[in-house]
Amino acid sequence: MKYVDEYRDGEVAQGLAKAIAAEVRPDRRYNFMEFCGGHTHAISRYGVPDLLPENVRMIHGPGCPVCVLPIGRIDLAIQLALERGVIVCTYADTVRVPASNGLSLMKAKARGGDIRMVYAVTDALKIARDNPGREVVFFAIGFETTTPPTAVAIKQAQAEGLKNFSVLCCHVLTPSAIMNILESPEVRELGTVPLDGFIGPAHVSTVIGSRPYEFFAEEYRKPVVIAGFEPLDVMQAILMLVRQVNEGRAEVENEFTRAVTPEGNEKAQNLVSDVFELRRSFEWRGLGEVPYSALRIREKYAEFDAERRYQLEYHPVPDNKACECGAILRGVKKPTDCKIFGTVCTPENPMGSCMVSSEGACAAHYTYGRHKDSEEVSP
Amino acid sequence: MSGQVKKGYARPLDIKHGRVDMSHGGGGRAMVQLITDLFARHLSNEYLAQGNDGTCLPLGEGKLVVSTDSHVVSPIFFPGGDIGCLSVHGTVNDVAVMGATPLYLTAGFILEEGFPLADLARIVESMARAANEAGVKLVAGDTKVVEQGKGDGVFITTTGIGFLPDGIHLSGDLARPGDLLLVSGSVGDHGVAIMSKRENLSFDAPILSDTAALNGLTAAMLASGAAIRVMRDPTRGGLAATINEVAHQSGVGIHLEEAAIPVKPEVEAACELLGLDPVNIANEGKLIAVCAAEDADKLLAAMRAHPQGREAAVIGKVVEDANAFVQMKTKFGGRRMVDWLSGEQLPRIC
Repeated sequence: MKYVDEYRDGEVAQGLAKAIAAEVRPDRRYNFMEFCGGHTHAISRYGVPDLLPENVRMIHGPGCPVCVLPIGRIDLAIQLALERGVIVCTYADTVRVPASNGLSLMKAKARGGDIRMVYAVTDALKIARDNPGREVVFFAIGFETTTPPTAVAIKQAQAEGLKNFSVLCCHVLTPSAIMNILESPEVRELGTVPLDGFIGPAHVSTVIGSRPYEFFAEEYRKPVVIAGFEPLDVMQAILMLVRQVNEGRAEVENEFTRAVTPEGNEKAQNLVSDVFELRRSFEWRGLGEVPYSALRIREKYAEFDAERRYQLEYHPVPDNKACECGAILRGVKKPTDCKIFGTVCTPENPMGSCMVSSEGACAAHYTYGRHKDSEEVSP
Repeated sequence: MSGQVKKGYARPLDIKHGRVDMSHGGGGRAMVQLITDLFARHLSNEYLAQGNDGTCLPLGEGKLVVSTDSHVVSPIFFPGGDIGCLSVHGTVNDVAVMGATPLYLTAGFILEEGFPLADLARIVESMARAANEAGVKLVAGDTKVVEQGKGDGVFITTTGIGFLPDGIHLSGDLARPGDLLLVSGSVGDHGVAIMSKRENLSFDAPILSDTAALNGLTAAMLASGAAIRVMRDPTRGGLAATINEVAHQSGVGIHLEEAAIPVKPEVEAACELLGLDPVNIANEGKLIAVCAAEDADKLLAAMRAHPQGREAAVIGKVVEDANAFVQMKTKFGGRRMVDWLSGEQLPRIC
């Protein structure tokens, strides 16, 4: 496949693997976090860890938009579908996220809720146009990548005078989540969780640019390399991170220059700031309340805000007590350190957020990497 | 009363403009007319012509093999096929991969009130063609009609009957470490063809479903004399699900080579776009086989000599593994598990 195979070439990968192996210092470990679920998926699906030296470890971060969605938010969407009779439209993986009372959007659908999986917010707009007698809510999730399309949809709905369309906004922000991880006690107290650098988001960075990461590099002395979602991008970024660590540098570097600029997409940024404003605080599944980490719809678009329109009240719901998602997302624990991993918590019956989407740390390990656990215990 | 409707007053079935109504399932004359003028017209044979509540079939040689399958595919007509031929192929293949020769089929139709008779005729004609090509006869059938909104056009359940010659024993639990795994051709075609026509997903990809009867290919494979242990057709859940089934049933691990698995470029491109993996996507005209390593060349040659196995390839090997994990060496050079899919990837694929 043109323009894709080039970024998955096995021979080039071997070359990069040799370069990484030649440059890592045998006397130290390298712990890098890939923030994005897209990277987690690429690393797992292509078997990138097999090409890395033993002392380079990839930690899967919280950048899976489905995984970080708290139970209480899904409860709101279910409430809209089951109690208010609205058509709830959402991106596919979201329907499987476990909510309160043993429900999920998929189970709510089986109980009569009109829940539709869409591939784009424009599909939700079309459903609203085609069903003028029904109320349609787009359950909007995702990081900075999916936010601009939601902004466009709201403006479009306003321009068309579409009265039966609104958005349950759950858009979250990458930089605040990274900061939350870096501020967590385990990472702050040196030595507890050595985090030597970040692979920066690919698609998110096309929107926000590379500049927002400069603060982390400088303030926390952590190198950041922004990388594309192809496995060769990831390998190249790891090599760049190894070099920064070896040379004692902590800079923002951009491996994904074919799409990311320092400023990002200003047009998209302006759209987003026209429609949305910062929430003072937002609950993340696994991380808890994170200040200024999410967006809400501005007053001037209030009629398209499902929270205002249906006077929804948010009730936080705690995760399963045995669930270690929070620690796993911060890199403190591995999926296999969790007692319920693979026993009670599986992709078919996810208890915690990391097991929900294939981009989640636990689901990625369960689906793609479980064979390694048995190799570790066998002699 | 003569009981004879006068000529010219008997209304023929309006196949061109008519629609299924409740009377077509009511057990009265309208139902008889639908059966005679539509089903029997296309599917008739000496067994169907017996006209009794059940059909008497002659016993064949060897063991009886039976398989049943319901078909609810949406859309009913898709690139490369329709629910009619699919309902024949799906069941014929389940019998064929047992090593048996499929001979007979039964079909149950659930029709929704309002379904155009013209569409039904197209479906029945397609079934007749598929059955003819596969050399099987439709020997019993049933029709029910449900009210509008209680079905979705047409659902078809078929049961296949075949005979397994003595001396052939294929089973999912017979794979042994050292055996090799073969696939008969490119994977993912059917699933992507269906997806390309879903209303919320339509893309103009020239991808046809691979729906086809495999009994010719299985016969050629068995005739090769290769020591085949397992044959399966990887339908829902794709290659990944079927290979995991075999690994679990046999209590072995299976190692795949991603580079060896045939995937059409347009299928790969569609999967890329939708974030799917071709190994998880349904097929309706492909099979996998596990055979003794020393016979793999012979089997591969026999498969490639058959039109339906031209792109056959050895894609993996069976290894010892108490966990029964299926692993794959990626083209990229790493290794990963190939697991069953969680949740639903695409409903009503077949």
